[in-house]
Amino acid sequence: MALTPDTVRHIADLARLDLSEQEITEYGEQLSAILEYAARLQAIDTSGIPPTSSILPPVSVLREDEPHSGLTRDEILEIAPKTKRGQYQVPPVFE
Amino acid sequence: MENLTDLTACEASTLLRRGDITSVELTRASLDLIEKLEPTLHAFITLTPDLALKKAADADVQLKSARKDKNAPIPRLLGMPIVVKDVLCIKGVRCTCGSRILDNFTAPYTATAVQKLIDAGVVILGKTNTDEFAMGSSTETSGYGATRNPWDIDHVPGGSSGGSAAAVAAHFTSLGLGTDTGGSIRQPASFCGLTGIKVTYGRISRYGLVAYGSSLDTVGALARNAADLAIAIELMAGQDPLDATSSDKPVPQIDLNNPIGLKNLKIGIPKEYFIAGMQSEVSQAVQEAIRTLETLGADITEISLPHTAEALPVYYLIAPAEASANLARFDGVRYGLRGTDTDIIGMFKKTRGAGFGSEVKRRIMLGTYALSAGYYDAYYNQAQKVRTLIKQDFEAAFTKVDVIAAPVAPSTAFRFGEHANDPLAMYLEDVFTLPANLAGIPGLAIPAGFDQKGLPIGIQLMGPAFSEELLLKIGHAYQQVTNHHLNKPALINTSE
Repeated sequence: MALTPDTVRHIADLARLDLSEQEITEYGEQLSAILEYAARLQAIDTSGIPPTSSILPPVSVLREDEPHSGLTRDEILEIAPKTKRGQYQVPPVFE
Repeated sequence: MENLTDLTACEASTLLRRGDITSVELTRASLDLIEKLEPTLHAFITLTPDLALKKAADADVQLKSARKDKNAPIPRLLGMPIVVKDVLCIKGVRCTCGSRILDNFTAPYTATAVQKLIDAGVVILGKTNTDEFAMGSSTETSGYGATRNPWDIDHVPGGSSGGSAAAVAAHFTSLGLGTDTGGSIRQPASFCGLTGIKVTYGRISRYGLVAYGSSLDTVGALARNAADLAIAIELMAGQDPLDATSSDKPVPQIDLNNPIGLKNLKIGIPKEYFIAGMQSEVSQAVQEAIRTLETLGADITEISLPHTAEALPVYYLIAPAEASANLARFDGVRYGLRGTDTDIIGMFKKTRGAGFGSEVKRRIMLGTYALSAGYYDAYYNQAQKVRTLIKQDFEAAFTKVDVIAAPVAPSTAFRFGEHANDPLAMYLEDVFTLPANLAGIPGLAIPAGFDQKGLPIGIQLMGPAFSEELLLKIGHAYQQVTNHHLNKPALINTSE
């Protein structure tokens, strides 16, 4: 089952990845080979088998609701690529 | 006195406590050896020599005052130089994860596992190289160049914790922190002739570890013997309020002074782990190690883990799916690299397209595909169901045997570029290590010999959840009667 360049572009779009035409060709071939290999799983009878998303027992972990200090705004913004007036600065989100 | 850099953590600890050596001497010896060999090996992404010497001086003050007061407890790793894989955050130190997208990222906080060791007084020499975001089996996907294997510099050290593995194998330190999501501690340990442990999922906090596959990621360590690993694991393990998946199970004190006899210990050998195409020297060395365990009194039985071959496709759907979600946070807004574009979506794409390397992009694409509408049930959901079958295989096996012994990898360290154009062939390197991650159980890699080229071979012990103590005791017992772990790469001898 070979992935078409359009499918690869669609996936790259969903993943927010800017890919070159060469990458689109390469990933198309490589992902097709990997998915073909992974398709062997579809031959396994898993009827009645629950999925495992975590090996831990599904319990909620609670803690005391007590205030404690965290990182300050300055510490957080210090590592940001671009800030303005104590906030993150990004390109326009709306037209 | 012998070279300080040849000391294990246990040996160095004794000498430090007695005042026979100082932490500054030990740290300087490490830094001197690093200066000689690092240009050849490239084990580090960031070195922190000034910080290390300052911490060593602090440790010496503490050791001196502790010696005056006989009752004062001295933490086991006080003054001990260690290295940390560059996916674990240390406040104020650059953390790249082997990625150019985090080239300028300085961590604002410290990972719990590392903090516990810092509280015990360790001296951090630097941050070690890794495959980008721990995705790889050779360190070749690092954005900072590959690390070389100290046993043969034309060969990879394994990965993704290859920088820590090379650093410990080259005697830069006796202890390296690593992480294991699909074999990233055990495989480099095997390739570099080290003892390395992947703990039970939840045994050690993941807080401050940059996430790859959150249901699989574990923090662990590599050392030159099981005894040193036991100290590190005991210090790092335990529940952490900052990681809801960390276990509240009490952490046992691992006492190796009373070595266990292996009498009545049942060891299972899974027939699925001896496959056609694996290097014959590897299976021979593993069989030989099993015979040694038998002479120590263990009872050996063949077992079956029928879904072993499925672990590879299951892992390479689940881990990339989790990675594609985890790595969504690298968007150029809050930290790291930012690409330039006129609108925000374009900025995200430029940032990620330029910042991530090819293996990371490949896995994000694979994971996004597996999770996308129309394919979720066929790929991701089916993989999670087969994961259940793999887990059940182990549960069934552990009703019959106490531990499982198997090879770590199908071959010894491969050459650079050997799998460069074939990602699937690279993924096959992980075939024997992935199942333990999918089942959440611990695994210990132990040196078991060398091939004809002089490259190390490892054997892997896997046990039920929270059986780290048993695995380390078996490893220690094995290392009392074998000397594979005592061999030293020729590279070090010629430079000393």
